[in-house]
Amino acid sequence: MDRVAVIGVGQTKYEKGKRETFSELVYEVVTKALEDAGITIEDVDNIVSVSSDFWDGRTISSMAIQDAAGAFGKDITTVEGDGTFGALYGAMRLLSGNFGVGIVVAHHKGTESSMSGITNTSFDPLVERRLGLDAVTSAALQARRYMDRWGILEEQIAPVSVKNHGNAKRNPLAMLPMDITVEDVMNSPMMSTPLKKLDCSAPTDGACALILAAPHEAKQLSTHKKRVWLNGVGHCSDAFHMGDRDLSDTRALKKAAEAAYVMAGLEPSDIDVAEVYDAFTYMELMWLEGLGFCDDGMGAEYLERGVFDADGELPVNPSGGRLSANPVQVAGLACMAECVLQLRGEAGEHQVEEARTALAHGINGMCGQSHCVWIMGK
Amino acid sequence: MADWKDEVEEIVFDGKICVPYSWTVGSTLSKWYGIMRDDAEIWANRCPSCEMVFVPPRKKCIYCYEDMNEWVKLPGTGILETYTVVEHPEPGVYPRETPFIYGIIKMDGADTGLVHFIEGVEPDKVKSGIEVEAVMSKEREGNLMDIECFRPVD
Repeated sequence: MDRVAVIGVGQTKYEKGKRETFSELVYEVVTKALEDAGITIEDVDNIVSVSSDFWDGRTISSMAIQDAAGAFGKDITTVEGDGTFGALYGAMRLLSGNFGVGIVVAHHKGTESSMSGITNTSFDPLVERRLGLDAVTSAALQARRYMDRWGILEEQIAPVSVKNHGNAKRNPLAMLPMDITVEDVMNSPMMSTPLKKLDCSAPTDGACALILAAPHEAKQLSTHKKRVWLNGVGHCSDAFHMGDRDLSDTRALKKAAEAAYVMAGLEPSDIDVAEVYDAFTYMELMWLEGLGFCDDGMGAEYLERGVFDADGELPVNPSGGRLSANPVQVAGLACMAECVLQLRGEAGEHQVEEARTALAHGINGMCGQSHCVWIMGK
Repeated sequence: MADWKDEVEEIVFDGKICVPYSWTVGSTLSKWYGIMRDDAEIWANRCPSCEMVFVPPRKKCIYCYEDMNEWVKLPGTGILETYTVVEHPEPGVYPRETPFIYGIIKMDGADTGLVHFIEGVEPDKVKSGIEVEAVMSKEREGNLMDIECFRPVD
């Protein structure tokens, strides 16, 4: 099958309280991505934007940033969800043969509104919404179930926070570089048991853009040095209602991962670096299990052995992950951008040695209702 | 952080979007809430193909995509599958004062769980696996709050 290439990436610094407008964030990353690719907006024939109307506080939020995305006079379409799904749509459009070069751009500001209020509106207004559930409390229900099922202690999920905030010290784009200990995580304010403040990602502002190219255009416009191929992708969704799922089960992720590995002709052991959706500490471990990097329930043990450290067997979230910057819709696209930098050897101080194959992962919906897994290589 | 603020005095607009909605609850959930309101009972429905019993009831089975026409009455008891003690307050979102407890109750007679409040147990005593029962509200209006909460079975 034809493959799509990423030929350029652009990211803002991830921060709280950014003083740029949504459009200004999009201008910044699209300009950076075009410069990175060494092309102009004239070379681009279509755009996929990724945003959330509720977070932006306006409907058809994609239309408001279309000028900034360089879409005037071109084709633009939108994904309301995680950036990995925007990339999926963007790649499919190129593979359709109707387009040659596309921009996928995601923007998000978590610090201009209320995360609790907005994530509450993702629950069914006909059933659970009036209970007041939100991202943190629903994740806490999942964390408890996961930890009960496998006998995992709070002290065993806390090191994910220590690792990722530590990794962020080597990534100038990360929002929360921190030198912390397990005790610091354990002593941070309780949000919703078993999750404490340092088990949770914080509201973040930022944007990210990728330039995708169909095979012919990729070879024409880009050099080997810049080009990163999307070798495999898989996506799968679980049930909407939390009560329909065993929240400790990663069945949807397993299907998504399997499809991605099969398409890439690879196995988990072939992955050199992974950026996964660690919006909460326990999630990193659950998703690593679902991605096949260890057996179910074994994530904490592998973590303790240092397997997922920046200098471990499989560095996970060397960028600092979502725990160090979680611009919600942007998050998965930022995972992909980080993987591109790793594969090009341009990740600076957080560069992983000999990174030839990378895995990026994003989720949509509460408690990882749906997953998108990308496998990328030179 | 943006450096333009050195030269320009920043202006910030505060906003709030308040838009009314009137969501139809649909045939299946209207029936469910109607029974809950009038009879103080929790019902579920069963897939004719895989026999999975869903609560809240569904129009179609999520696994088989079959119409779900067979309704069954549940005893209102269940096992607490997971829980969280909410400690950080979110005024305007959480309808209870913190600390309070959410749980997912795997309902007896059904194959799915209901999310609801857990009361009648101290936050530091709650644990997964305990048997709980629904406490129905005295004043019922035909929504999820017709179940006041779940509490441990004595």
